[in-house]
Parts: sequence; structure tokens; C-alpha cells
Amino acid sequence: MDIPWDIILIQTVNGLVTGMILALVASGLTLIFGIMDVVNFAHGELFMLGAYMGVIVITATGSFWLALIAAVLIVALLGAALQITTLRPLLGRDPLNTILATFGLSLVLQNYALWQFGPVARKIQEPFTGQFTLFYLQYPWYRIVIAVLSAAIIAGLYLFLKYGRYGIWIRATTQDRVMAQAMGIPVPWVHTVVFAIGAGMAAASGVLFGPLVGVNHAMGLDWVLKAFIVVVVGGMGNLGGSILAAIFISLLEAYASIWVSPSQAIIVSSVVLILTLLFRPTGLFVPTPK
Amino acid sequence: MSEPQTSQPLVSVQGIHTYYGKSHILHGVTLDVGPGEVVGLLGRNGVGKSTTLKSIMGLVNPSEGTITFHGQSITREPPHKIARIGIGYVPEDRRIFKLLTVMENLRTGLDRAGVTDARKRELLDKIFTFFPRLGERRNQAGGTLSGGEQQMLAISRAMMLEPKIILLDEPTEGLMPRMVSQIREIISVLHGEGVAILLVEQNVPLTLDACQRIYFMEKGAVRHHAVASELSVNDPVIHQYLGV
Repeated sequence: MDIPWDIILIQTVNGLVTGMILALVASGLTLIFGIMDVVNFAHGELFMLGAYMGVIVITATGSFWLALIAAVLIVALLGAALQITTLRPLLGRDPLNTILATFGLSLVLQNYALWQFGPVARKIQEPFTGQFTLFYLQYPWYRIVIAVLSAAIIAGLYLFLKYGRYGIWIRATTQDRVMAQAMGIPVPWVHTVVFAIGAGMAAASGVLFGPLVGVNHAMGLDWVLKAFIVVVVGGMGNLGGSILAAIFISLLEAYASIWVSPSQAIIVSSVVLILTLLFRPTGLFVPTPK
Repeated sequence: MSEPQTSQPLVSVQGIHTYYGKSHILHGVTLDVGPGEVVGLLGRNGVGKSTTLKSIMGLVNPSEGTITFHGQSITREPPHKIARIGIGYVPEDRRIFKLLTVMENLRTGLDRAGVTDARKRELLDKIFTFFPRLGERRNQAGGTLSGGEQQMLAISRAMMLEPKIILLDEPTEGLMPRMVSQIREIISVLHGEGVAILLVEQNVPLTLDACQRIYFMEKGAVRHHAVASELSVNDPVIHQYLGV
């Protein structure tokens, strides 16, 4: 049998593009889990609201890039407000409380979007429509731009965590919340800021990915499910692990869809999830725990 | 028994009761630490010495009683505010941020509003002069340090807050004798700089040597109070509260 190199290469590009967007969604999710042990079931809705904010700002101003920035800022602020009102009072409670709280948030936000924007999917126009030839395909440049921008945002987050004053606060709080407080780090605010950062990153992914799919009130569901798989496979709370897992799973799905239909290819990520939980419950991309 | 007096305490704990869930740990602890004073807190395991320090730090909230700092109540304030007003905490298990480098561990206390770069350098220089090992390992992860080095780092990290008082919980536990004498020395240095210390220890000779006053705790309350220089290691009081 001939190996279809051209298709494999195309699917590699596709997998990397989806992988980077997924990594952007998942890194917010894993950051939030890592620092406050909150599994944020409303993350997909923040992604969806980001996309809607994008639609609104583009309609008003016509600028995609302005829409991207505005959506990130608005959803980050919204995230901060949600964290203060809903999650801060639950700090230190059983995780079930925060799961129910964020699940409730997700229902409210989703139905708010349905009520406010209606069931008809909106479209975000991509900022440019150029294409290049990849074998027999006209491949849109915009997809490459998505991957590069997502990578840049993640790199920015990494540098901030590594070198920024507040980045050190965030890492210290992730490792030992109690000692961080005893060192004068205002932990409740660190939690709020991290939630806002995660929300902003979800919004950025929503706007960036909007042009490839329709924007509707339920668009967050698929993504958050996949992002959860990525976060578990990458090791809960492990940023680097999540990024690798996002790319790994997206590539696997992309290759699988060479032979089976894309909707069946999703099975691959579930299989990876189950195998991870069975054999490496701490995550595939985590050094073996001591 | 002579009743030593402190004028205008820096930290004053008045009759605090602290619970962990349903277990009643502190039954009305009362003690004072004066400005620049080194005070010891002795007692058997489980009498509530560490809980007293945690209560002062705001890490557990007393249900009754008050804690004041410079006469201002800090009872039930959040720990980060208590740390910022000048109380440093060195916990029993050291609680180094294991994945942060030595430098980053120090920066958690150093990166505060109102600390100039020159002042930061001064504080770091002081630490690195006193603990050259930490200077050599400044870019190494905290978790890779030895127990003694982690203790030095925990004390140094608290010093970055430029505290008026440091709560030291069993700093010499499990350390080699050479390290123990280094801890003894840093207590003297801090005392010389006018930093008050509330020291919880199992090492009686060190405590008697380092402290001016000693409180003895039993069953969640302070039972006895003495001037350190009037006690000897074989004192009946020591046997009563620490003997097995």
C-alpha cells in the first residue's frame, strides 16, 4: 500500500493548528485547576462569550484585531467578576461545591447567550483570506496565523509566569497556598487574576477560532470536553503537559481521520484518555512522581 | 516565682481558644513578646505550640480571645495582611516552594510595593553573606536543597519581609550540630538588629541560651513563665513541663 505522504503532511498541519487552539483553551483550564483546585465547567462558555464579543465588536468597528483585544479584556473582567462572586466564597470547600457552581455558571451563560443572540449561528469574517498551495489544496493562511498567535499567547503566559513578579506569586500560590499567604502574597486576588487570565485566554481562542466554525451558544461544549481530556492526559494543573497533550491528541485525531470519518476520529482522544487514566493517572507528560 | 514584665508588648496574645474542626487545641493562651525580645515557647509535643504560632499568623482563626500587634488587633485578619505589617513566619516543616529557585523563594517576600531596588540588593547581600550556600545555589530549585539549607532559606525568606518579629517553629529539628549552631547564630544576629523572635523549640539548652524569657505550655495553655537566665537545663520546672 502506498503511504499517502501528501495527506499525512496536510493532516499534520491541520493537527498542529487545532492543537494550538486547544492548547490555548486547555492552558487556561489547567492554570485555574492548578492554583485553586477548581474544575471550571464554565470554561467553554467563556470561549463562546469571547466569540460573541468578537462578533459584536467586529460588527461595530469592522476590525478583527480590535475585536480580539476587546473580547479578551471584556471576558477577562467578566471572569474576575464571576470568580469573586461565585468561587471566592467557596474557597477551601469540597471540590464538589465548585464543580456544581461552575456547572451552574455554564448553564446560565449558555442560556443567556441563547436568549440574547438567538439560535442562529453568527459568522466571524477572517481578517484576511489569502491562501497558499499545499499539494492539491488551497490552504488558508489564516489557519497558520491562528496557530502562530496561539503559540505566541501561550509563550507570553509562560514568560509572565517565569519572570514576572506576579508570575512568581502565581507559581508560589500553586505550590503552597498557605505559605504564600504567610509570605504576604494576597492569595484571594491571585486566584481572581488567574481566573481572569484563563477567561481571557478562552476568549482569545473563541475569537481566533470563530471564523472556522459558526459562533453559537453551544460552541463551547465540544471544546471544553476536549480541553478536559487534554488537561487530564497532560496531568492536572501541569501547563507544559497540557500543551503537549493538546498537540498530541489533535495530531492523533487528524491522522485518524485519514482513514475514518472525522466524527469517528474523536474516539481516539477518548481512548487516549481511558488509557491514561488506567496506566498513568498523573498524566502522560509528567515526570514520574517521586 | 518572679513575674518578668514587658513594657508595651509588640505582639500580645490574650486568652485565645483555637479549634481544628471539633478538637479544642488552645484553651486560652496568653503571652506577650516585647519589641526586639527573644521569647521561647517550650512544652511537650502536641500541647499547642505550633497552633499558637499559626493563630498569631492568621493561618487558623481563634474562636475567642484577641491578638494585637503594636496595640492594634490582628485577630482574624487574613495572613497576607499580617505578613505585610511585619510578622515573619518560619513553619516547622519549612514549606519551601520546592519548584521555585532559591532566588524566587526569596522574591516572594521581596517583591513588595515600596521596596527600592537598592534596598532589595541590600537585603539579599545580607542573606548571602550570612548564608553563602544560598548565594551559591540561588538558581537551584528549593526542593533540591538539603534540610539545613532549606531551613536557612525558610529563615532568609521570612527576613525578606523585614519583619518586626519572626515566629520560628522548631528551626533546629533534624539538623546537624553545625547547622544548629548556625541557627543559634542567626537568632543572635536578628536579635542584634532589633527583630523580636518567638521561638518554639525542643532543644532546651539552645532555647535557654537564646531567649530572654520562656513560656511553658501544657494542654493548650501557658502554665508557667520565667526569665531564661534564672533557669538551668536541669531545673525542676523543665522536668515538669518537658520530662517524659
